[in-house]
Amino acid sequence: MSVLLQAQHLTRILPATIPVTLVNDISLDVQRGEFIAIMGPSGSGKSSLLYLLGLLDAPTSGQLLLDGEDTSGLDEEALADTRLAKLGFVFQFHFLLAEFSALDNVKLPMIRLGKLTSSQIDKRAQQLLSDLGLAEHMHKRPDQMSGGQRQRVAIARALANDPLLILADEPTGNLDTASAATVRQILRDLASQQGKTVITVTHDPVFASATDRRIALVDGRLDPDWELPAISIHDSTTHKTE
Amino acid sequence: MPLSLHIAITHLLARKRQTLVSLSGIVLGTAFFLAVSSLMRGSELDFIKRLVDNSPHITVSDEYRSADVQPATLQWPDAAINIRNVKPQTEVRGIRGYQQKLDFIESLSQSIGGLRVAPALTGSVVLTFAGRIEAVSLTGIIPASMRQVSTIEDKIIAGSLEALNANPNGIIVGQGLVDKFKLAMGRNITVATADGVVRVMKIVGIFRTGNAAYDETQTYALLKRVQTLLERPNRVNRFVIKLNDPYRARDVAGVIEKRIGYKSLSWLEASEDIMNVLFIRNIIMYSVVTAILVVASFGIYNTISTIVMEKHRDIAIMKSMGFHARDIRRIFLNEGLIVGLIGSLLGVVVGLGLMWALGQITIKSPFVSNEPVHLPLYYGTEQFAIAVGFAMLSSIAASYLPARKGGRVHPVDILRGAA
Repeated sequence: MSVLLQAQHLTRILPATIPVTLVNDISLDVQRGEFIAIMGPSGSGKSSLLYLLGLLDAPTSGQLLLDGEDTSGLDEEALADTRLAKLGFVFQFHFLLAEFSALDNVKLPMIRLGKLTSSQIDKRAQQLLSDLGLAEHMHKRPDQMSGGQRQRVAIARALANDPLLILADEPTGNLDTASAATVRQILRDLASQQGKTVITVTHDPVFASATDRRIALVDGRLDPDWELPAISIHDSTTHKTE
Repeated sequence: MPLSLHIAITHLLARKRQTLVSLSGIVLGTAFFLAVSSLMRGSELDFIKRLVDNSPHITVSDEYRSADVQPATLQWPDAAINIRNVKPQTEVRGIRGYQQKLDFIESLSQSIGGLRVAPALTGSVVLTFAGRIEAVSLTGIIPASMRQVSTIEDKIIAGSLEALNANPNGIIVGQGLVDKFKLAMGRNITVATADGVVRVMKIVGIFRTGNAAYDETQTYALLKRVQTLLERPNRVNRFVIKLNDPYRARDVAGVIEKRIGYKSLSWLEASEDIMNVLFIRNIIMYSVVTAILVVASFGIYNTISTIVMEKHRDIAIMKSMGFHARDIRRIFLNEGLIVGLIGSLLGVVVGLGLMWALGQITIKSPFVSNEPVHLPLYYGTEQFAIAVGFAMLSSIAASYLPARKGGRVHPVDILRGAA
């Protein structure tokens, strides 16, 4: 395994009358194919770290190397192009475009990238949705689907341009237990079977227990002493242990 | 279909009512623009047409714009000269050697798309009939060439212009004079000139222009007859010129004046004040109708602003996916473009309808003629181009601000707020 993502002393300070330090001096190496959970209490800077790792936000200081490339000098458009080609996002809310069908939502990033012909794009979007068990739902609009289905469409969309890294912010935070288990399993399989690197912010210890590595944040810093809390027997039946 | 267009259409269809309202603003704006401007331009052109038709396009008269240079000054241009008791040479007034000048003017015809020219000699005479005396102006014409440059033939209500050829002693007078003198066709009247030449002439035609002063004071006779009467053989004092393209009159007048020296006045120069008024009227009209479109564009601004606000999350997710600010802007600019395009095209259709409806209106003139008059309408391509152009421009301008705002949405701000 090689290093995909290397964070060095990442710090993000929100400028305000009283500046807020969201992320404080975090260094982190992420291997290719790794499935990582970022945990921590509310307001500990989990999401902020994820936005930094996902090139959505620029660090106040520190460096971030993605796929061997230093991203600190890149302007907004170059960052956007990197996100388009190399990253995929899944959020707590599905954030699908309400007026478009599941299929069109998945096609969107591929059309923007413009590397495939429209028939190839169509084929790939159908394939991605079928792989996630949505073959019958691909022409439905988001409001005609269940929360779990929508989140799977969002995952299919994140996978559209075959990214190196998938970043998920509380992907199961809004789902019922069964749907959450499905989504968790999908992300697990992406890492172990397809070799995708997956970084997830989560509150859910059950979800975290399915990952390869857990990182805990407290007040914007890495907390090396943190341990995964015990999981109830009920939850453990629904997740696959390694 | 490009992605941004696809998304733009989807956005607009999702808010049908608001889209329709802003669309109808543009439709009505464009339609009114067309209807009002066609009416205004129509009346302007109608006015100019009357002006152009009823007056010569160029009049060459037997005057000079500046006085003649004295021979002595020509001989010694730099000298201080004082020659006493030099009296200017006495000569017969009028355009000298008019036949050659006429030939020159006619030779221009080819290069300027056609012209017609007629010579005329006008002088003052006194008419006497049954004890009544009236000073009038008598114009000598050649009927065949005059009818090509003047509308006088259309105004003749009895007799004809040709009758002058048949009867060299014939005279054509206006209705006003006929009423005043209790004249009738075929009557003889006495014509006397200032030099004491007296001749009896026979009325062979009566015209009525509707202009009272003209009808009472203008008379026409054969050019040769007037030349002998006024004792100015082989002279004329006016060339009346009509062009196929009246708007070239100014240039042509310049060419003629430069060549033959006599003052050549184009109708544009003669009625410059009126042309200025018309020009200002056009500016006022265009600013008023453009204001309608500007107001309509606020509807578009409103609609697209609302869409941008509503779609903050969509913009955030698209930008996180890797869409540039430019891509986002293009979506909303496209929305303005679509509304502008459809609005102005429908506006042209509605505008044509309005113009047709206006064209149906007939007005009975309370003045001279008894014919019903239609509103003068002008169907010019440039009006349609201006209307559509302004509609598109204001639509794009109206969508630019919201589009720029949409492009500036920062995904992290929205994601933080949503989580």
